[in-house]
Amino acid sequence: MIRKKFRDSGLKGWLYLLPAILFLGAFMVYPLIDVFIYSFEEGYNSASQTYFGIGSYNYSYVLHDPYFLQAVKNTFLLVIITVPLSTGIALLISVGLNSIKSLRNLFQTVYFLPYVTNTLAVGLVFMILFKKTAYSDGFINLILHWFGAGPVDFIDGPYWAKMFVLCFYTIWVVMPFKILILTSALASVNQEYYRAARVDGTSGFRIFMRITLPMISPMIFYLVITGFIGAFKAYSDVVALFGTDLNAAQMNTIVGYVYDMLYGDSGGYPSYASAAAILLFAIVLTITCINLLISRKSVQD
Amino acid sequence: MDIDMEVVLQNLTKKFPSRDRKNRGEVIAVNDFTFKIPDGKLIGLLGPSGCGKSTTLNLISGLEKPTSGRIFFGGDDVTELPPENRGIGLVFQNYALYPHLTVEQNILFPLQNLKGKDKLSKEVMLEKAREAAKMVQIDELMDRKPSQLSGGQQQRVAIARALVKMPKVLLLDEPLSNLDARLRLQTREEIRRIQRETGITTIFVTHDQEEAMSISDLIVVMKEGVALQIGKPQEVYDSPANLFVAKFLGTPPINLFHGQVKAGRIYIGENAVMDVGDISDREVYVGVRPEGFLPSEEGALCCKLKGIEVMGRDISIVSENPASLNPTVRAIIGTENKLNLEQEALEEGNEVRFSLIPHKVFLFDRETEERIQFEESGL
Repeated sequence: MIRKKFRDSGLKGWLYLLPAILFLGAFMVYPLIDVFIYSFEEGYNSASQTYFGIGSYNYSYVLHDPYFLQAVKNTFLLVIITVPLSTGIALLISVGLNSIKSLRNLFQTVYFLPYVTNTLAVGLVFMILFKKTAYSDGFINLILHWFGAGPVDFIDGPYWAKMFVLCFYTIWVVMPFKILILTSALASVNQEYYRAARVDGTSGFRIFMRITLPMISPMIFYLVITGFIGAFKAYSDVVALFGTDLNAAQMNTIVGYVYDMLYGDSGGYPSYASAAAILLFAIVLTITCINLLISRKSVQD
Repeated sequence: MDIDMEVVLQNLTKKFPSRDRKNRGEVIAVNDFTFKIPDGKLIGLLGPSGCGKSTTLNLISGLEKPTSGRIFFGGDDVTELPPENRGIGLVFQNYALYPHLTVEQNILFPLQNLKGKDKLSKEVMLEKAREAAKMVQIDELMDRKPSQLSGGQQQRVAIARALVKMPKVLLLDEPLSNLDARLRLQTREEIRRIQRETGITTIFVTHDQEEAMSISDLIVVMKEGVALQIGKPQEVYDSPANLFVAKFLGTPPINLFHGQVKAGRIYIGENAVMDVGDISDREVYVGVRPEGFLPSEEGALCCKLKGIEVMGRDISIVSENPASLNPTVRAIIGTENKLNLEQEALEEGNEVRFSLIPHKVFLFDRETEERIQFEESGL
């Protein structure tokens, strides 16, 4: 009797879920709620654990902070430029990889190498490529010079040049994973569909648009959603390229702003940091929901 | 159709490079296949898996290029033509319906590929799609996705998609293998009906001899890339060219015995079962169709009874014989013999005697496994 009741109540199921729930609760949900509370506590001091009052002043401060607005602008630019471009280029490369037979494994390995390479090493390589020093203008400037274009200081120079390097770097870093996912998605499309399309005399372009793309669309949307989230959380890449004083370099991101507010030279404001973090959370949540809505409408199951 | 659309395969050969790394030879999937498929007929390519029947179909469709040999459609050499220019419709074994498109979009797909002067207006395309759907009786399901259809319905959609361009030749790869038994029976009638109505020369591949026998005008029995026998189903059944064909056709399968021909008589073990005129003495295989046995007390063939299976329509007598190649000898008797049987002592282990019906008995050479013709003279 008791056993039956136990089974029917679904208690067993909850028991299986318990470890995950405990873990997620302690390390995800609780901090989230805590940060949410901090974000409304004005003038919170982490040393004395005291605050002056409760209100929305933290949000108002953050939203009027030019550094935060700069960080938002940078982050959005990064997201809007890199997510579609990296997904698009990865798709092109994957389709290419999928249609060659010989050397396919070699190229797959080559394209995957950046994924297993240390970020700092990659950052160093990008420094050498782009940085202008007293001794050299950097490799990219050398190439620009051949085409008659003047040297550009990509690391400490104009805003657009720095943005370009950041986007270039981000696309390059996220590419291998996307190629990996897309090549396996392409390989899993049943060859029979292509044979059927060939019998019907379908052109290559139409096969791609009407068969390949719909078939791998769930994977593309997965990459777009994770790409959005990843790009919104960008921070370490920016540090690797432009150092830690990101506000001065005009290259801060939202996560960078949160970090600076907590630990940076001008830091020690956990309330502002919490407010910024909650704002980022709201932005990512909104964008992800929009993404999911769109995907539910257009992705083919 | 007024154009004569006979399909001719001339010395068709297809070799694949061997996948075995140690043995870098070639695998001959289709070996010097020559065959003329008459216009407007339904042809079954029949054989065990790996016999080259699917490769033959792919060669006809143009999805594979032959290593040598030529293919003609109604007198035109199409060997070098890509599939889309051959005027064929192909139904794949697992249908290959595009899962993200509705039934209607799937059927429209081949029409939308037409370019230049063949391009059709939207209304004409829809009309043609509706016609094809009506032909296979799925016009009610046009807005469904393939995943919402049963196996039989998916099959019909696949056929409609293959028919919508009014192909000159319709090719079906194992059309019934993904359907359950009841649906299979129904669908094969359906394929027969569609073929009759359209008059399109139709070639289908199957490993199921019953399927091939039941609906084909002609069957081609294949083994290891070679066509062993081509003919009307009943003719092939009644007169198999060799041991393989005899074994492959017929359910229950043919009963085989080790036998000898001695002085114009066939011996199975000690029993002299039949006179065969002037055939020189030799070792043979004796094949007897299950319906070739007549139980009688004076029968020449002596077996040990194992059991009786009554199937309603007819009765199987299962028995054992030391000379038999199969573990049991299965004789099928029409129910009209029932009374006769019940009078006998039909207990396991008892002796049961059969006389053989001469035209249901085949002799095969022990070495070549080819059929040895003989004059039927009974015993």
